[in-house]
Amino acid sequence: MLRMNRGGRWALVFGALVSLIALVAVACGGDDDDEGTAPDGATATPTPEEVREPDNTAELAKLKGEIIIDGSSTVYPVTAAAAEEFRKYAKDVRISVGISGTGGGFKKFCNGETDIQDASRPISPSEVEACKAKGIEYIELPVAYDGLSVVVSPKNTWAECLTVSELKKIWEPDAQGKITNWNQVRDSFPDKPLVLFGAGSDSGTFDYFTEAIVGKAKASRGDYQASEDDNVLVQGVSGDENALGYFGYAYYVENPGKLKLVAVDNDNGKCVKPSEETIKSGEYQPLSRPIFIYVRKEAAERPEVQAFVKFYLSKSFTPIIPTPEVGYIPLTDELYAAITKRFEAKTLGTLFPNGAEVGATLDRYMK
Amino acid sequence: MAVTSAEQFPAQEQFRPRLSIRKVYGTVFTAIGLVAILVGLGMLAWLLLDTLVTGLPWLDWQFLTGFDSRFPARAGAKAAIYGTAYMMFFTIVVALPLGVMSAIYLEEYARDGKVKSFIQINIANLAAVPSIIYGLLGLQVFVRWMELGRSVLAGSLTMALLILPIIVVATQEALRAVPPSIRDASYGVGATRWETVRHHVLPYALPGILTGNILAASRAIGESAPLITIGALTYVPFTPENPLDRFTVLPIQIFNWVSRPQEDFQGVAAAGIIVLLVVLLLMNSVAIFLRQKLQRRF
Repeated sequence: MLRMNRGGRWALVFGALVSLIALVAVACGGDDDDEGTAPDGATATPTPEEVREPDNTAELAKLKGEIIIDGSSTVYPVTAAAAEEFRKYAKDVRISVGISGTGGGFKKFCNGETDIQDASRPISPSEVEACKAKGIEYIELPVAYDGLSVVVSPKNTWAECLTVSELKKIWEPDAQGKITNWNQVRDSFPDKPLVLFGAGSDSGTFDYFTEAIVGKAKASRGDYQASEDDNVLVQGVSGDENALGYFGYAYYVENPGKLKLVAVDNDNGKCVKPSEETIKSGEYQPLSRPIFIYVRKEAAERPEVQAFVKFYLSKSFTPIIPTPEVGYIPLTDELYAAITKRFEAKTLGTLFPNGAEVGATLDRYMK
Repeated sequence: MAVTSAEQFPAQEQFRPRLSIRKVYGTVFTAIGLVAILVGLGMLAWLLLDTLVTGLPWLDWQFLTGFDSRFPARAGAKAAIYGTAYMMFFTIVVALPLGVMSAIYLEEYARDGKVKSFIQINIANLAAVPSIIYGLLGLQVFVRWMELGRSVLAGSLTMALLILPIIVVATQEALRAVPPSIRDASYGVGATRWETVRHHVLPYALPGILTGNILAASRAIGESAPLITIGALTYVPFTPENPLDRFTVLPIQIFNWVSRPQEDFQGVAAAGIIVLLVVLLLMNSVAIFLRQKLQRRF
């Protein structure tokens, strides 16, 4: 008993000590911040000038209710940002955004569990069936574009344009350990080692790149520098003349001097570099795609959901989409207008009857 | 008296002390033990230091009272802290009575036999089931069949299931540590079984039971896999208002911050880890304190 007591007392002293240190640390943390170690909110949050106040702020302030959103991790940053901005005006609307993946999200959506579904691809035919079986109807709304850029170091003088077949040759699983030199990619390239950087296998970027280039989601060679943190990839590629990497277009925009964009030839002889224009026009293929939200029909009857979706597609939010914290490419103003009309008219169903298409354009929403 | 010691004690001839070698063995073993514990403690110290250095600049009042944001400087853990607190409260409210009563029944009332040993083996097995399995069970039973939705209550019940076997086993250990003489004495003066349990066994075992329960709760507080399965959310800019409300918890919020591309969110995540650690250490300190306090009565 005595021994146990002694051990216990020591543990007590130790526990108390650690808690004390932790509490002191918390207090110090506050001091540190006052000294400006962390950037303060005002300077870290520049708002683009084009952002317009919603013209119905009084109405928004009166709204109450709940909106349950779930789905793709790719769309999450956009929807979470929209929810964060919307909350400034409509404090009493409780919006939650989950991450279950597009597929996992559609399972909940077609079960009537969520109001809005985030999707990085159009609904698939089997999901259409699943929704139909439960009597769930929905409005399909594209909200932005997601673009990937293929980059090399500015010191690289030879790689200007790569075809999709060449990219496939580099990245397919069979390339592992075999395609290790630039001259294996194209005969005219120099005899230099090929150093690869790419997205980590947990990211939506990885799924999308593999699907668009290799033809099968998650099929990739494994012997490359992988990171979920795109900043690491930017550093790696910019410093190495032999490097080739891919990541979200937003990161290139953030670091234009450090990287050189590689044009992508969709095996049709046309080299296209990603830019807001080529992504919006659908020329930059297959590495750009639209992302969507799906609104359940019953939910769309509710005033708070209507207000949120209209806010999402309006000038009060869309200029925020290309800011670095979100990092996507907005649709054209005409498209947003057409899509807002589509929502107001409660046009049900999908315009992608065959599910995901590589190289999909959004012209169909203009009609 | 010219008798040599060898004649007197013949066995001593075979006895070679080799004292120096034996002492070396002892020293070597001590050194190995020391290295082992230093590796463990060193890792812990490194981890704590790394977390503190990364996280402290981000840990301020705004962090504790604000909701999540896409701007690192505005991101806060309020929803996650509230969610964790609510969830732990309901988890303990459900798991503690169920677990302690099951253990008392098994230890004090149930007759030894095939049925009891079958139950016993299964409780031990359940304690070793990976947490994600409980998440799947919770998703089907609480979220879908009982239609609780992805609520605090569904999460709490799932967590309660997860820690129930641990509580039962820990409580049984505590009850078993009560000397049989105490029970015998109680029966000897004519107390019934209930009186014996109520007045003698339970008070004696209480410190152990409480410690076991709080350690089990500490396990639940750090779990994220089952909650991700039942669908605890990621962006939640509000605190739960009732048990059926949607929620998020610290581990999920931390995971979400770590996976954001902006480097500053690593600091925000580290700040979240510090909050989680402080909550955990406080809970463990309470366990130790209670044990000390109650133990002195006996």
